[in-house]
Amino acid sequence: MNLRELWNYRDLLRMLVERNIKVIYKQTALGITWVALQPLIAATVLAIIAGRVAKLPSDGTPHFLFVFCGLTIWNYFSQIAQRSSTSLINNTQLISKVYFPRMLIPLSHTFSTLVDFAVMLVMLFIFMVIYRITPTLRLVAIPGFLFLTAMTATGVALWFSALSVKYRDTNYALPLFLQIWMWASAIIYPTSMIDSSRWQTIFALNPVVGFVEGFRWCVLGHSALTPNMLWITIGMSILLLLSGAFFFRRVERDFADII
Amino acid sequence: MSEIALSVQNLSKSFRIAHQGLRGYKTLHDELATLPRRLAQRLAGNGRSTSETFWALKNVSFDVKTGEVLGIIGSNGAGKSTLLKILNRITEPTIGGVDIYGRVGALLEVGTGFHPELTGRENIFLNGAILGMTRAEIKRKFDEIVAFAEVERFLDTPVKRYSSGMYVRLAFAVAAHLDPEILLIDEVLAVGDAEFQKKCLDKMEDVAANEGRTVIFVSHDMDAICHLCSRCILLSHGEIAKTGNAADVVGAYLGGEQDQSPEIDFAPIESEASFQFAGLYNPKGQASSSFSADEPLLLKSSFAVRRQIEGLQLSFSVFNFKGDRIFYSTISMAKPVISVEAAGEYNIAAVIPGRLLLPGRYSISLALHTPKTKLYDLRKQALSFRIVGTIGDRYDGFASDELGQIYADVKWSRSDQPDRQSSLHGNVSMLASASR
Repeated sequence: MNLRELWNYRDLLRMLVERNIKVIYKQTALGITWVALQPLIAATVLAIIAGRVAKLPSDGTPHFLFVFCGLTIWNYFSQIAQRSSTSLINNTQLISKVYFPRMLIPLSHTFSTLVDFAVMLVMLFIFMVIYRITPTLRLVAIPGFLFLTAMTATGVALWFSALSVKYRDTNYALPLFLQIWMWASAIIYPTSMIDSSRWQTIFALNPVVGFVEGFRWCVLGHSALTPNMLWITIGMSILLLLSGAFFFRRVERDFADII
Repeated sequence: MSEIALSVQNLSKSFRIAHQGLRGYKTLHDELATLPRRLAQRLAGNGRSTSETFWALKNVSFDVKTGEVLGIIGSNGAGKSTLLKILNRITEPTIGGVDIYGRVGALLEVGTGFHPELTGRENIFLNGAILGMTRAEIKRKFDEIVAFAEVERFLDTPVKRYSSGMYVRLAFAVAAHLDPEILLIDEVLAVGDAEFQKKCLDKMEDVAANEGRTVIFVSHDMDAICHLCSRCILLSHGEIAKTGNAADVVGAYLGGEQDQSPEIDFAPIESEASFQFAGLYNPKGQASSSFSADEPLLLKSSFAVRRQIEGLQLSFSVFNFKGDRIFYSTISMAKPVISVEAAGEYNIAAVIPGRLLLPGRYSISLALHTPKTKLYDLRKQALSFRIVGTIGDRYDGFASDELGQIYADVKWSRSDQPDRQSSLHGNVSMLASASR
């Protein structure tokens, strides 16, 4: 792993991040409003399904707020995965003409997607005021869980972006995969629905569960997150990140030839 | 000053050419579907039956000293671009390695990394960063870059609204202000209008003259190579064919030291019409691959047509050393008409007139085809030849790229009368004789 080289190219990373942010909603009438509009609509629909149709529990929090809170952190995760999985192919011209650490391209999305996250976080705080949820000191732990999310997402992003260079299948498989992943993670239902703690621990092998529950713990003040689950989540995200980085490095040398 | 800036050892690069897959990338489904067959093939020991290994570079070794300007020349497909890509670390060699001592910057193609939605200003920073400049460096050179590109008024316009000229100027300007210790340049001069090309060339000379700067320059422009490079490498089919003083190597390349035989017997192919033989002859009837600029050139070919083919034509094209098609001719232009439609064996000759081709290296491709419907036999670069001499030394003092593509046998005259009407009349007989 060539961390030193990545560091030397930090200016390029910064420019790529800036580019991602500037470009994403260019030539759309609503512009940055989309960042707010998309999750708002999604959360409304999901809250109705969870609360009215499926009558799922929400640990005593209003359903909309509960779902919006989960989506805030889930969207950060899934958008990184989605945007970076096509990022290498979208930059074919760059990869076949110029040398730079290729990892910067997927990595740049981990940073630029923070803008979307920030917008949702502000909206979340507004909804907390509306629903009269008193914030606690636990809010201070948000960056920690955000970091965990970023690590996991980057790991997934590295795996899928590297695979996409050789197999364009990822373009079709990933959205489907992410959809299933979302339902399998405690986004619109709480982990507390699972009553045995042993099964909860196994459930936590899905690292998304850990940071979603952790994020809820920070914002809503309660969650089923146990220290055991947290350790598993940390372990899983480190594993994903390292394996992703390793795999990426291994196939990166052939990118220019096969892309 | 004799430090090594770059050392290339036993460099080889192979590509696999798929014979059936067409596309280099596969879907997972394809891999799974063909897995049993490929496993069986691998076990049987003939796993290569569906692909062929192509060596783009074979055993290339050379050193470049600090401050040296090295030219790399060779015909299309000789491996020049692959070599630059390896030096620039875009792709990795299959065998061998490269030691690089210093920061490498490359001008492989201008405008890579420009984002159409971003403004000129934003793209300067983005492109600069992609090429390896730090933000502080770009800031320092920003005004210089903008002035060089002459785009001051459009700095805050998205580059997708730029004219192609502006786009290219901006792209070159960013790249030209790179400050690496080792600079790789690939044919960037073929951009922009004449005035801007001159500016680019001056800038490159400036860069090359800069002490301590190592430059590797790949080009088809032999004048630029001779002008800028102290040493030159000639690549041919992935191998170093010659290395040495730039003028010598360029001379060897243009003169074609490795001339092909002027006569060639073709291996038969399975087609309803196919070539058997082709050859080039001088006016004395001798087979030759070297002709004086003044003399005509005789192209003979033999081919077999195995059944009646409606509309079958024999045609050939002449290409210059860059691979540009100079002209095309087909038997349907023949007067009186020569038909090759009936089954049988044909011997056809074509005369390429003297005073048509400029001195240099050329190749001929031959084809048997029915226009726009079917190609029966195509022999790419079947023959090669060179034209020597300078057509009565009339072109002395001109650089070769100022001469154009062909020698035009223009008739000149002088008249004593200023009156337009009569001077035209005076030349009528000349026009008449020329059109005959």
